[in-house]
Amino acid sequence: MPDTDSLVRLSNVHLAFGDTPVLNGIDISVRRGEAVSIIGPSGSGKSTILRCITGLLRPQQGGIRVGDVDVQALRRERDLIALRKRVGFVFQQYNLFPHMSVLENLVAAPIKVGGVPRARALARAHALLARVHMEHKAGAYPGELSGGQQQRVAIARALALEPELMLFDEVTSALDPEMVGEVLTVIRDLVSDGLTCVLVTHEMRFAEEVSDTVYFTEAGRIVESGPPAQLFGAPRNERTGAFLQRAAGGVPARRRSDPFDSLFSFDPLRLAV
Amino acid sequence: MDNDLTLAPLGRSGWTAGAAALLRAVARDPWFITLLILAVPALYWTASGTTPVAVERLWYWWPALMRGLGMNVQISLLAMTLGTMLGLVVGAISLSPLAPLRALTRAYVLAFRNAPILVLVYFTTYVFPFEVPVAGWVLPFPDWIKVVIGLALPASANVAEIFRGAVQSIPAAQWEAAHSLGFARTQIFRMVILPQCLRRMLAPWMNLYASITMSTALASLVGVHDLVDTATVASNTVARTDFTILIYFTLLALFFAYCYPISRLTRYLERRHARH
Repeated sequence: MPDTDSLVRLSNVHLAFGDTPVLNGIDISVRRGEAVSIIGPSGSGKSTILRCITGLLRPQQGGIRVGDVDVQALRRERDLIALRKRVGFVFQQYNLFPHMSVLENLVAAPIKVGGVPRARALARAHALLARVHMEHKAGAYPGELSGGQQQRVAIARALALEPELMLFDEVTSALDPEMVGEVLTVIRDLVSDGLTCVLVTHEMRFAEEVSDTVYFTEAGRIVESGPPAQLFGAPRNERTGAFLQRAAGGVPARRRSDPFDSLFSFDPLRLAV
Repeated sequence: MDNDLTLAPLGRSGWTAGAAALLRAVARDPWFITLLILAVPALYWTASGTTPVAVERLWYWWPALMRGLGMNVQISLLAMTLGTMLGLVVGAISLSPLAPLRALTRAYVLAFRNAPILVLVYFTTYVFPFEVPVAGWVLPFPDWIKVVIGLALPASANVAEIFRGAVQSIPAAQWEAAHSLGFARTQIFRMVILPQCLRRMLAPWMNLYASITMSTALASLVGVHDLVDTATVASNTVARTDFTILIYFTLLALFFAYCYPISRLTRYLERRHARH
């Protein structure tokens, strides 16, 4: 893997919360246009890795580069802002701004952070909403939307600054099963458009399907990485194998179900409500 | 009740139907019903010339009572304005990263939230001078302004707590999300945190307003000519048991008429807040 065209590069990253070590030497490299998935048991530091990339958390040791920016060296707020304009982040709990309409959620950052004229920001917001199939809810407030709809808006909001890198932090984990499909469809489209994506996910099938490279983390370390066919088909490390077996057998059905099945599933109870 | 609308002949114009709906709405309004209940005996007494003496005296004292109520309204409005401005400053300092500043505001809030309001009113009345010399001039420091300050102190301590609680009730995830979008700290506070806080603060702030308004009755104890003071003077002057009973009932009704709409508005705002 040539280092020269890697967009994100973490080398030997160590991070601890107080006395609790979370990352114990993480090495990850993401090439431009690549989709990378990070899988692993809960608490293995997956989400922490994403937060380090966009400067929300600062590791005690190690190097992080996004393009030619040394994230670890950024101290001033305005430098961090310059980095975050290039990196979109989507959260597990959506974290939309509840007092703003969908449209306002999408134009706030471009106008106030990106300095984009309001008219252009609005036009772009409508285009993004169309892309995530949410243009009919432009005037709605987050509290009026389902989880899946909120998450699609959150993805559009993260795209509004035209980032060159998108980070997805377990974006389907908080969703009802029947909403997982609609969100994964949006991400699948982004990946096939060639946007560089790093996904922390529990959706093994999805990771296998969209990723160019998969990393398996455990206890703050990368245990194994490789193309999905190899990592899922013939894991070299026995811990990877054990995890995949657990994930295939022990987790709730929605983790294993095909996203498209749930997309068209019909639940009469939901209609009754 | 709705029959007269549903059975209305088709030729009836929309204007008449609208007027009928408006009339029905007015007829159900509690304030209108209250006025009606008051107006019927008043008209009867006036027409028959049998107005009870106590009611006649109340009518005579009515303008003075209204002036007294005006003083209560004035004190409550000023105390809440002053208390809110002071409280927001104290509340903002209580969120400061500097521990000594936080301790200072903590002490302020504790001191003024745990003091009886009557004690604070006496405190400001008798500790502050009755006039202030400013550059050769002697400015009077009237009692009602001291009462305003006496009420503004506990109000500000409560506003500070309401503000601090509101800011801290905004999930940390909102900060994180705004940071990830490249907002600067001051922008996040102004555009994301504060607007959400204002909504959460509105209902408790209105509650405080109603409570401070009721506390303005304490002004009468330090010689301010407010509603309660006027009622006491009237009661002593007229010196009739039936008048005394009537005027204190009137007092209750007047405070109710001022505070009840505030609490109704609070409940309405709380319901609206719950929806978003």
